[in-house]
Amino acid sequence: MTDLQHPHPALPHGGRGAHGRRSRPYVGSGSFLSCCPFFLITLCAALPAGAEPTTITLWHAYRGGEQQAIEESIRRINGARADFQIVPVAVPNAAYASKLTSALPRGNGPDLFVFAHERIGGWAESGLLMRLETRIDEAELDRFFPETVEPLRFDGSLFGLPMSFKSDVLFYNTSLVEHPPDTTDELIEVASRLTDREAERFGLVYEVASFYHHAAWLHGFGGGVFGSDGSVDLETPENAASFAFVRDLVARYRVSPEDANGALVTEMFNAGRAAMAINGPWFLGEIGDDVPFAVAVLPVVSETGLRGRPFLTSEAVLVNAGTRHPELALEAALALTSDDSALVRALEGRQAVANRAVWSDPRLAGDPVLAVFRAQLPETVPMSNRPEMRSVWEPAQMALRRLLRGAATPEQALTSAQHHFRILTRPSPPEADPTPYWVALALLAAAGIALLWRRARASGVVHQIRGSLHAYAYLAPTALALVGLVFAPFVVATGVSLFAHRSGEWTFVGLRNFFWILSARDFGVTEPMSFYFTLGVTVVWTAVNVALHVSIGVFLAMLMRDLWAPVRGVYRVLLIIPWAVPNYITALIWRGMFHSQFGAINDLLELLGLPEVAWFSGFWTALAANICTNTWLGFPFMMVVTLGALQAIPRELEEAAAVDGAGRLARFRHVTLPLLKPALLPAVVLGSVWTFNMFNIVYLVSGGEPDGASEILISEAYRWAFTRQEQYGYASAYGVLVFISLLIYSRMVRTVTGEGKA
Amino acid sequence: MTGRRAIEHALAHLLLVVVCGLTLYPVLVVLKTALSSTPALGLSGWPFPTELGFQSFVDVISTRDVQGRWLFGRQLLNSVVIAGATTVLGVAMACTAGYAFSRFRFPGRDLGMSALLVTQMFPGVVMSIPLYLLLDHLHLLNTITGLVLVYSTTSVPFCVWMLKGYFDTIPLDIEHAALVDGASRWTIFTRIVLPLARPALVVTALFSFMTAWNEFILAATFMGDDRSFTLPVVLQRYVGDFGTDWPHFAAGAVLVSIPVMALFFALQRHLVGGLTAGGVKG
Repeated sequence: MTDLQHPHPALPHGGRGAHGRRSRPYVGSGSFLSCCPFFLITLCAALPAGAEPTTITLWHAYRGGEQQAIEESIRRINGARADFQIVPVAVPNAAYASKLTSALPRGNGPDLFVFAHERIGGWAESGLLMRLETRIDEAELDRFFPETVEPLRFDGSLFGLPMSFKSDVLFYNTSLVEHPPDTTDELIEVASRLTDREAERFGLVYEVASFYHHAAWLHGFGGGVFGSDGSVDLETPENAASFAFVRDLVARYRVSPEDANGALVTEMFNAGRAAMAINGPWFLGEIGDDVPFAVAVLPVVSETGLRGRPFLTSEAVLVNAGTRHPELALEAALALTSDDSALVRALEGRQAVANRAVWSDPRLAGDPVLAVFRAQLPETVPMSNRPEMRSVWEPAQMALRRLLRGAATPEQALTSAQHHFRILTRPSPPEADPTPYWVALALLAAAGIALLWRRARASGVVHQIRGSLHAYAYLAPTALALVGLVFAPFVVATGVSLFAHRSGEWTFVGLRNFFWILSARDFGVTEPMSFYFTLGVTVVWTAVNVALHVSIGVFLAMLMRDLWAPVRGVYRVLLIIPWAVPNYITALIWRGMFHSQFGAINDLLELLGLPEVAWFSGFWTALAANICTNTWLGFPFMMVVTLGALQAIPRELEEAAAVDGAGRLARFRHVTLPLLKPALLPAVVLGSVWTFNMFNIVYLVSGGEPDGASEILISEAYRWAFTRQEQYGYASAYGVLVFISLLIYSRMVRTVTGEGKA
Repeated sequence: MTGRRAIEHALAHLLLVVVCGLTLYPVLVVLKTALSSTPALGLSGWPFPTELGFQSFVDVISTRDVQGRWLFGRQLLNSVVIAGATTVLGVAMACTAGYAFSRFRFPGRDLGMSALLVTQMFPGVVMSIPLYLLLDHLHLLNTITGLVLVYSTTSVPFCVWMLKGYFDTIPLDIEHAALVDGASRWTIFTRIVLPLARPALVVTALFSFMTAWNEFILAATFMGDDRSFTLPVVLQRYVGDFGTDWPHFAAGAVLVSIPVMALFFALQRHLVGGLTAGGVKG
């Protein structure tokens, strides 16, 4: 599952390391322990009997070698300390950021956590991180590379201690490339020699559509994300030049594939079909053992003479401002980032650690790969940790994708990116006065109660209620659970829609959110990402899906009904498998199969002599891919419903019709179908409701491609809530509108199909 | 006419086989990837395994936590306990409510039925934050109870609706006779009606189980540490931003799917019966 909860599709957050720290010059816990065991004994004697060391929880998202390394360094630290024990928790990458965002403000989070530096700005503004500069000696920071410490500062304060740094470098297959290119002209020349599109070999393979990986060229052409006044300025000629370069790599020199994702880069490099790749240290764990490779610093851009400078990520240990053990947590953080712990992480996890002294260790000095990461460090640009940076990714990625699809020139792509960015970061609506709303609410409540009272008195309902107490007893558990856990959150969410949320602050804005959404303020009515466009897509998505589910399900059921029972049983078993396998798994598989260059579907098309389709580059094809996946998932339900209903239909009716001369189709239309309707219609209504809100498939298969056009209402609401600077108020308003739309839609379905009241 | 019949039969079989092939294709791809050793998804079209390596399965099953304790086993246990508890709670809630809607006439009955349908329309992803806040207030975060309650309420509306339909098809005569004989409502419910509704109860149990077993997002957000995570959460760890560890992910996917598929196969006869009898009466 790619980035289900993570806001930066391109941004690697592979693993956090825990740094142990034991620095000789530091006058802190190390010297305390080594000089004064006497004090320690006294302390232990003074503690109440049975005192346990404090548990310091540390969250991270490392896996594989990095995880083993951090666990090993934690074991060593724990072995040496009696006052605290670090307990690491490995959180799945996809849920990590949102889990932190939910837990930290509520005081439920860990004491420490490992994260890349780019979120520091947002979290610091919300007061979630402990300021460290007042609590530690500045001399502590001497042991780190300054490039790794600077990104951890925000607004004049220091918020973390660096553990490792990550950036892209140039990987190359040594059996294909003897000498790594040092300029882009050389790069293109070497790559062209090694490209053979027929044999699916490419000279340079990397995620071209990822803004993160594009950074090297962006900075190499003299461009950047921020303008001279410190605000985001994407529409510069330098940036356009970098975009033109990438477009040329793909379309003119044709040395790179158009649509590579991480998995593809890995597969091709391992198969020897990629001579060079641009990737980060996480790639080391994915290269096969039999692939001869080396790394080099990224080349100089020939047009400008500037070296390509990728983004720098400083992975750091951050301290939760709400931790219950601030001193010990800080001690633990210092221990995790000590030189000794860094050495463990460097040797076992192969991390490029931020501690300077570690690099002169002979075991490390002889590692050519890590040496290159070290050499690249001065030629990097740290990602900005300001909150606005987070809103740059989505527009920039879209712009790149549009450019590479050939749908825009570099200048057009950047202009639309800037426009998109402005929309995402527009200021909240002005604060509104809540008084009229309270008045309206009070009036509505009074009117409602008055109405109910009159109806109750008129129909003698009170007496009926007294007589039905036993019924309410049966209903009580369910009603209680539903009211508490379903209706209450929905009411709260509706309430939230009257507010706007920015960086932890809530302002009451009344109906502004709804007004903005419905007046298509940001995007034109017929543009993707406007409410109306998305509503249209959702309606089409639902109608086509349900129609397909029903027709395929009924068709298959009719085919099966006359077969010998055991054989029918076998078919039935096989055909309900899509229903049984968890849908987020199969959604990802289908996404892989629809890959335009190397997916199985296009493979099959090629076999059949048909042209290949770039599935996620066009609106209708992306929609078709989504529908195909959802139909695969949904027809078993309808098939099973029909099979059951067919069992209840007496055959004599159909046989009588046959005797009367009715053909097969006529028999079906006039005898079978009307008898199936009572069973099918409720299923159709329910299926429509489920499909309308089917988040998983749309999010995971097409991801809204191209440019948000294939999004449905529910996935748009999700993006507003979780990936666009947590605009919960706006997202909740969207959610309320989704609910209302669905109410109307299902009412229409029930009217059209003539389904009776339950 | 037999000749024509035979051709029709053959045609039906052919179509069914083709459809089965298409249906099983992605599943075979998952299996193939789980058995292979290359880090990338088997993106070529050939669906059958090219190698038979069980290393990925071994790796996934033998995951250990920092203290060296067997993590996979613990998470499997969590999944089983949570799914089991959800099933019991879900069935209990759904059958009492379904019976009430089916047999009793009371003020608010129609409203209640509509409300059940309406709950299916709530945009779940937007409600996850209020839900988190609510569980926090009740001190139910990072507890099995909290997660079980949330899962139950997700599957209950559909189950109530379905059970009510099934109860509707059970003739009232038996119950009237028992009432005349002096049996209490509760006895009738538990001794007479429930045993007759077994297919529908089976379906309800299966749906509740599936809801809990396959769910990922809420489990990842509400549970606080490794040892309380459920299996799907573990699965997601193999999916990173920059690349998915496909063989391990696929192996994990196969392992997570097996229990549900086994249950499906064992109970599929009941599925056909239980699902539609409810539908016939709406």
